[in-house]
Amino acid sequence: MFLELYKEWLSQLPSKPEIQTSTSGARAMAMLEAEPYRVLICDLKMPKMDGLQVLAIVRRRFPELRTVVMTGVQDEEFRSRAYALGVDLFWLKPDTQQNMQMFLECLESLLGRDNESGFRGIQSKSLMDILQMECLSQSSTVFRITRGSLVGKIWILNGDLIDAESEGARGEAAFRRILGWKSGTFETLPCEPERERTITKSINALLLETAQAMDEVSNPLEGETPEEANHRKTVWRLAAITREGCEWVVTTPNETEGTPEGWGTQSENEFAGWMRYANEAVQRLSEKVEAGPWSHIRAQNLERKLVLLPSKNKTCLVAWPPAAETSAIFEKSKKLITSWDS
Amino acid sequence: MGLLNLFAKPRPALQRLPSGSMTVDREGQIVTSTISSSYPVEILEEVADEVLRLFAEARKAHLSLSEFRIHFASLHVTAREARGGAIIFLSPAVPL
Repeated sequence: MFLELYKEWLSQLPSKPEIQTSTSGARAMAMLEAEPYRVLICDLKMPKMDGLQVLAIVRRRFPELRTVVMTGVQDEEFRSRAYALGVDLFWLKPDTQQNMQMFLECLESLLGRDNESGFRGIQSKSLMDILQMECLSQSSTVFRITRGSLVGKIWILNGDLIDAESEGARGEAAFRRILGWKSGTFETLPCEPERERTITKSINALLLETAQAMDEVSNPLEGETPEEANHRKTVWRLAAITREGCEWVVTTPNETEGTPEGWGTQSENEFAGWMRYANEAVQRLSEKVEAGPWSHIRAQNLERKLVLLPSKNKTCLVAWPPAAETSAIFEKSKKLITSWDS
Repeated sequence: MGLLNLFAKPRPALQRLPSGSMTVDREGQIVTSTISSSYPVEILEEVADEVLRLFAEARKAHLSLSEFRIHFASLHVTAREARGGAIIFLSPAVPL
């Protein structure tokens, strides 16, 4: 009866969505498998499979689906767990007409987000293209560019590139590092005319040099064998490890048939066995206690501190000396792996 | 009025996150625990089992961990190795 009532209310939304209902989590999952949906509204208390279990499965199997929890359970713990599972909206069952109206407005806005018209960014342009456009238009601005946990800034004054800063580097070195990032997000900040100039080369010369350097890293140099190219990459990665102050890194593909790789250690195969086991174990644990996805494991013994973290299609284990600051090693490991992926 | 209860559908209660600590021996048996008794013991035993196996697999890989902390979105599991067993701390993370 309640489902029918909600169905009627929801069908009155301005976007006139088609509403389908289900009385259990299992049936809802079957419906989601059968055809695409835009939003799933789910209660927490449900027969057999509770709402948190449904949401955990939905997040994994249908990551594009928007999810809303509407429940009578007034408990901050469940609210934070639902948000930890990545729900878009958590709403207590409306008890007044005003609350119901607010809920419908939120839902309408959620439905509108994936069919908004207008321009929403420059997805096909590289950072090089964007910088060239800014310089050609003689603008003065500051770009703040982020890629995961990496942050960089580029200063442009009257169409001239004057400074760059990223992860402790400044000037041309920082500019080259930022340009090496394959993707990310950027925002424009107000111009800073007082910024000290550290780059004197023209933007075109620098872009050309950077593009050439990137080509050399990603493609073998002329006359270079694949072994030599791999060796060069290994040297580059070892240099990054030394610069960050960590001891060694092992990465292993999530597929069991993939080969692990190690830098700074010869025991990558041994460590990879534990990494794969740990990856599976934490996923089992997460499902048992309904604790949401895992972000990392921090471990230690007398010889070193370790951070195990998932990255794109692989798991990485980063070892730090015992004196390394425990609170900082996760962020530092994440940065290191992100810069490698770049 | 109690007659109506006969027709009520049974509905499982929502499971709270475990909070507290427990010590487990090398066999995975829970020796002491400060975790609410309303939390299912079977799940705690499974947690203990996974933790002990993580330590054991690490030893096999010559990593011999003394401690680890798993960061889930809504729970932190900290485990310290203790003579083949472990002390396990479960603390809900509240992101809000």
